[in-house]
Amino acid sequence: MAKVLRADGMNKCIGCYSCMLSCSAVNYKSHSLEKSRIMVKTSGGIRGRFTATVCVACKDERACEEACPSGALEKRVGGGVLLNKDKCIGCGKCVSACIVGAVFFDTESQKPIICKHCGVCPNFCPHECLRMEEVEDDI
Amino acid sequence: MIYKDYKRVLYIDLSKEKIRIDLREDLQEYLGGVGIASKLLEENIKPDLEPLHEDQPIIFAIGACSSIFPVITKTVAMFYSPLTRDLGESYAGGRMAITLLFAGYDAVVITGKCRRPSYITIKSNDVEFKDARPIWGLSTSDTGRIIRERESGEGKRSILRIGPAGENLSSFACVCVDTYRHFGRLGLGACMGSKNLKSIVSIGDKSIDIENNKEYFKAYQTIYKKVTNTDIMGKYHDLGTSVNVLTMNEKGSLLTRNLKDNRFEHAEEISGEKFAEKNLIRKVACTSCPVGCIHIGQYRKQFDDGYDYEAISVAYDYELIFALGSYIGVGTTEDLIELIEKVEQLGFDAISAGVVLGWATEAYSNGLITNNETMLPLEFGNVENYIKALEYMGMNYNEFYKTLAKGCLTASKVYGGEEYAVQFAGNETPGYHTGYGSAVGHTVGSRHSHLCNGGYSIDQSTTEFDKEKLIEYIFNEERERCILNSLVICLFARKVYDRETILLALNSIGYNLTNDDLDHISDSIYKTKLRIKKMLDFDITKVKLPKRLFETDTSKGPIDEKTTYELISSYNEKLKEYMS
Ligand code: SF4
Ligand code: SF4
Ligand code: SF4
Repeated sequence: MAKVLRADGMNKCIGCYSCMLSCSAVNYKSHSLEKSRIMVKTSGGIRGRFTATVCVACKDERACEEACPSGALEKRVGGGVLLNKDKCIGCGKCVSACIVGAVFFDTESQKPIICKHCGVCPNFCPHECLRMEEVEDDI
Repeated sequence: MIYKDYKRVLYIDLSKEKIRIDLREDLQEYLGGVGIASKLLEENIKPDLEPLHEDQPIIFAIGACSSIFPVITKTVAMFYSPLTRDLGESYAGGRMAITLLFAGYDAVVITGKCRRPSYITIKSNDVEFKDARPIWGLSTSDTGRIIRERESGEGKRSILRIGPAGENLSSFACVCVDTYRHFGRLGLGACMGSKNLKSIVSIGDKSIDIENNKEYFKAYQTIYKKVTNTDIMGKYHDLGTSVNVLTMNEKGSLLTRNLKDNRFEHAEEISGEKFAEKNLIRKVACTSCPVGCIHIGQYRKQFDDGYDYEAISVAYDYELIFALGSYIGVGTTEDLIELIEKVEQLGFDAISAGVVLGWATEAYSNGLITNNETMLPLEFGNVENYIKALEYMGMNYNEFYKTLAKGCLTASKVYGGEEYAVQFAGNETPGYHTGYGSAVGHTVGSRHSHLCNGGYSIDQSTTEFDKEKLIEYIFNEERERCILNSLVICLFARKVYDRETILLALNSIGYNLTNDDLDHISDSIYKTKLRIKKMLDFDITKVKLPKRLFETDTSKGPIDEKTTYELISSYNEKLKEYMS
């Protein structure tokens, strides 16, 4: 069974950004808020609610994958996609295709930043806003 | 810069609207934070000019490993304090540190004066000067909202702003950072106001490649576990610092009604427990802190008959509760929330604001000032009038309020009542009246705050009184905090960042430091601060403490004036030896 990331406890979020910093460190060997596959933001300043934008792990049809002209995105078992960097031409079509806004674009490498549901960020969330869920394999 | 052998310093000249970037290898030996900020202040301060002269600098600095390890969250600001006319040093959390890190700067030096009200935005590829005329005069929250809507970088930016108090040059105006954090003490808000600078936005839009990811992440995980899996940070995560209200009250250290009393009969009603039960709605964190100690309290206030309510939410902690609560006889959480909100919107330092109102209330009851000056009766516990008084003070309504906005020492020199203007070298007292440790600690601390050397904590943790040990403790702690503040950790995590952990963090990102090196660094920093104080003609043996300190018992019973001055003078001897 595959696992996917769920950010459904965001009411408990304190905005520490530990998830983002650990994601970019592990996945991009970078201290960064830009190169994180999960994006925590406030709606209306710190008085507002914190929200997390992250890949929702679409099953069956993945808009980003469909939009990719070069076949750089492959369906990931259980939901979402995996990026084959070498095939990616950096056109950014996947970015606009994902209406969740979960495909970020790294202007430095000219490649998209897409969550691969690796499970690092929930390990560093102090409030269990994030969790991994076991799902049926879909492909 | 992390992984570089220099510090990247951004100089901003507001008068010429020009910037310059220096790569300073020589600053490496100061590590970061308060170290490099002290050095930059020493180089740029103009002792012959007034603190609010446009040529005076404002320095901001982050630490050597800011934001990339848990709870290393603060930015330090250093300046010439208009309140004490001495070294100004203040810290704020929020997002500023991470945004400066990712904008690519270790420190920012701001000089000059904008030709009209302005704000600046700092990004990795630009510094822009922008018109702030329409928002001049607005509260800190409206200013924040308007800038948020205009600027990019959502989630990756920090917005500093001043309120009317800063614009009108109150000596204890604060700078509000990201709504719930502040450069609170010593009047940085007035420094910004004197430069016509309403706001500073910094946007962290760059990334930094990690050099040795294995080592770094191992260190990160170790520290993260220490912060979240042990109970070291429990107090801050649970009730927060407001847990102190009841303890301080029990011990007889809770400054009450301008320190006429050391216990408050309504302590329970304004305790951390009461806030948690009635008002706490959520907690938030500074960026890269998994603890989340910022307690937000809400109060639902009826503004009309029927079902008409407004909701006020503010961040509260111990210092605010003492200053705007027991110190002025305010005994409910609702009243406190209203006062905090007012102080926030106007942009005052909450501690000083409460303490000057305490002084003014006593001076009013003694007839030193009357309705002619105050426009309304000032009475302990009269919240409605205090709110109006704060507004008058924010707008320099008349000569009296203008003077009051310069601090209680200045006001008492004009109107009398110096014996009960409770301040240390001009800085209004923090909320600890615990014994010789607190009194001496506040006086000799480089910024006259309980955060310099924690003198209060030696009062709390020792039973016998030993003069030499006390001096030794204060001196060592003052030095050690130079290291903690050069990293600019949140001092709540000072037990997490022992020497071993500091070395683990720094060496995992390419430093090669030993314990001796840290000693050496802390000495360079402390000595730099002491040189600045000397340059500004500051002498601890000339500090005159208010009589009130010796009239009201501490938790250890009364403290004696003569002994206190003796202790201060032996600390001075120690400093002389240290500097020679
Ligand atoms: S940016 Fe890369 S992954 Fe995205 S659509 Fe274009 S080629 Fe495909
Ligand atoms: S990136 Fe967006 S479109 Fe693609 S799988 Fe995730 S949520 Fe669906
Ligand atoms: S780690 Fe958790 S609490 Fe912290 S920002 Fe991410 S989701 Fe929020």
